[in-house]
Parts: sequence; C-alpha cells; structure tokens
Amino acid sequence: MTKNYDEIDASLINHLQDGFPICDEPYLQVANELGLTEDDVLNRLKKLLENGTLTRFGALYHAEKMGGALTLAALKVPDADFEKVTEIVNAFPEVAHNYQRNHELNMWFVVATETPQQLDETLEKIERQTGLHVFNMPKINEYFVGLKLEA
Amino acid sequence: MDFNDIDLQIMRATQAGLPLVSKPYHAVAEQLNLPVETVMARFEAMQKNGVIRRIGAVPNHYKLGYIFNGMTVWNVPDARVDLLGEIIGRLPFVSHCYHRPRHLPDWNYNLFAMVHGKSEADVHHQIGQIVVLLGEFNLGHDVLYSTKILKKTGFRSGVKNEN
Repeated sequence: MTKNYDEIDASLINHLQDGFPICDEPYLQVANELGLTEDDVLNRLKKLLENGTLTRFGALYHAEKMGGALTLAALKVPDADFEKVTEIVNAFPEVAHNYQRNHELNMWFVVATETPQQLDETLEKIERQTGLHVFNMPKINEYFVGLKLEA
Repeated sequence: MDFNDIDLQIMRATQAGLPLVSKPYHAVAEQLNLPVETVMARFEAMQKNGVIRRIGAVPNHYKLGYIFNGMTVWNVPDARVDLLGEIIGRLPFVSHCYHRPRHLPDWNYNLFAMVHGKSEADVHHQIGQIVVLLGEFNLGHDVLYSTKILKKTGFRSGVKNEN
C-alpha cells in the first residue's frame, strides 16, 4: 500500500487530534505552532480529506448530550441465518455500522437515533424481527479518543 | 446554558466539517446570520459542557496504513475500570476505549479498546502491552476481528457522532 501522507501530514494529523483553536484565524495559529504557512495547512487538510486519509475535520458532536442516543449492540446469529439476519438489521436506517466478527457474538452494530426512546424501540424491533436476543452494550464511560501516528 | 437553538443551528451547519478557509468561524457566522462573537462563544461553551467532544481531525485508520484492527475486550474489576480505561485509552495505538456493561453468562467483558496496527504481529504486540499494563487486574480478555463489513454509512439523523 502506498503511503498517502508524509511526515508533515502525520504531525498535522496528530496535532489536530488534540484539538483546534477557537479564534479569528485558527489555521494560521496551527500553522505557526507547526512552523508551516496557513496555505500549507489548508492545502494539506484539503488533500487529506479528498484522498480519504481524514474522514472528517471539524467539531465532533456528542450525540447523547444533544438528546440523541447511540449504542453498540451484538447478536448471536446462527450461521445458517446469517444472510437473512444481516438483511433485517441493515434495513434499519438507525443502524449505522454493522460488522461480522469472529466470536460467538458474531454480529456487532452501532445504532444511532435522535432520542433514547427511539433507540429502545429500534432494538425491540430488531429482536422481534430476528427472533434473537440483542446484547445491548451502551457505553457507560468513554476514555480518551484518538490514535497517534508514527511519523 | 444547555444545548439550545443556536447550538443546533451551528451543529447542523458544521456536522459535515469546519470550513477550510482562513476564518472558518466567520464563515459559519455569515452562513447562519449570527454575530461571529456568538458563534465562537457557543463553540467554547459546547466544548466546555461536552456537547462537542473536541474540534479536530478524524483519520481513516485504514488509509493511514493501519489495516489490522482488533476490538480488544477485557474483564477488569468494576471498581478499577475508570482508572484502567484512562490508562489504556491513552496508549498511542488505541483509538477508542469504553466501559460497557457485561451480559452474563455470555459476555463477561466490561472494557473495550480498539487497537490498530500495520500488521497482525503489531496487534499481537499491542495486546501484550495491555496485558502487562493491566497486570493482576486482567481477569480475562479476548480480541474480536471484523471478518466482514456488513454496513457502513454516515449518520443521517439530526445528530452525528464520530463512531
């Protein structure tokens, strides 16, 4: 796999995982902190977003604090039913991500809704339609989010 | 002040990202017809009260070459989980770390840490580091690899979250 970022990009990405200033010219401030020009910071960010190295740049909103609800849930799906259950679960627009994993609990998905009540209703519907118990694993606490790159 | 209408407008205008222009907060203010002082004050307030986790970059681990990732899950004493979660969450190769409920008897793990490596050996080595860090508080662990992405979409509801 070819590397689609260089050392300066890596330091920029690492820097921007620790936060971004709220001021008139925040990109200029970041540029000054890293010894780059403002144009360089903006152009690198544009490039990294365009080529998919960054999925987003901006404010990361906390769904639960805005009244929204989010959970991670798992199912123990019999192999023979896997395809059918995948179809049922994926059909819910509230299901954002769904992964098959190598465990007895073999289907793991993230459900996001605008209210906690909608979340409960969605999980109940999934139980009813699949006939399987939903292991609901909402986060109780969240620790530091971020990944540091080797330059 | 809690989450209000202005916050909601700002959130809707910026959930896809912050404008890549020299004065991004001014651009948001102009778009929403609000004074820039208000926009900046609300960003500060939302960051302080936790509505905004942080302003920053979200990397695509896969594109960065971290193509091996594992959901490591740990059984640690509940009384210690916050302390241990803080330590594990700060490891450079851990992107997300959460305390989640057990479901006995099927699921006995209460601490989740997503680890990312450039090779399978990397990931094994990382798990080894966590084992050492947790020491006697590691009452059991497992690692779940994703064998297939069944669905991956952005969040289309009114609220967005990075996960």
